[in-house]
Amino acid sequence: MPDTHDVLFRTLADPTRRAIFERLCREGEQTVRALTVHAGVSQPAVSKHLGVLKQAGLVRDRHEGRQTHYRAQHRALAPLLDWTSHMVGFWQSRFDHLEDLLKRMDQ
Amino acid sequence: MSEPVTETLSVVVEREIPFPPEKIWRALTQPHLIQEWLMKNDFQPVVGHQFKLRTDPQPNWNGIIDCEVLTVEPNRKLSYTWVSGEAALAIKSVVTLSLTPTSTGTFLRMEQTGFRPDQPQNYQGAKYGWQHFFATLEQVVARAD
Repeated sequence: MPDTHDVLFRTLADPTRRAIFERLCREGEQTVRALTVHAGVSQPAVSKHLGVLKQAGLVRDRHEGRQTHYRAQHRALAPLLDWTSHMVGFWQSRFDHLEDLLKRMDQ
Repeated sequence: MSEPVTETLSVVVEREIPFPPEKIWRALTQPHLIQEWLMKNDFQPVVGHQFKLRTDPQPNWNGIIDCEVLTVEPNRKLSYTWVSGEAALAIKSVVTLSLTPTSTGTFLRMEQTGFRPDQPQNYQGAKYGWQHFFATLEQVVARAD
């Protein structure tokens, strides 16, 4: 698991790469050309970033004619977004406080 | 193919408590008592009442949870929406607290059900959350250096 975290953090630490990923999250599937328009770097640079995102499992590609389309894989973020375990811990500790309070309260 | 995006997330925390439901109900519904175990608040046990739960601000989170009361069944069931700008976080959820009397006290059950950020109906929330998420990530990465 720590390795998964490391890869995700490292992959998303680069601002340009993160912007590309955020764009795919927001806009859905995009071609390399469309992403390049907004990325502020060259098409080969965008392709390289997409390759790194793909290796981390954050995007998937699909070839259609001469174009390659990319889409975000939200599920790859699951290890970072572990909402359920966070909330279980939260409520367990709040219930501890609740029990302490109930002992102090008047009947 | 990718899985459907209609999935919800759910958390259940249950506890046997050696006090009657009436006493626990007071702790769940009186603001000065809620503050002692959960957070500062302006709660009122009235369906439709909008309130905030407040904790200390944290990096990238103002410490506020926006809520609206959905169900008030005295000594039995209380539910409210729970929306937080916290990272994981773009998740809009509903908290339901149920009380069932037992021979020795009360069985308290908390269920929190949220919607995944990629669900279309939560798109605005998701956008908001993504921004927070990435801001948080940046901080974590910055600290790691």
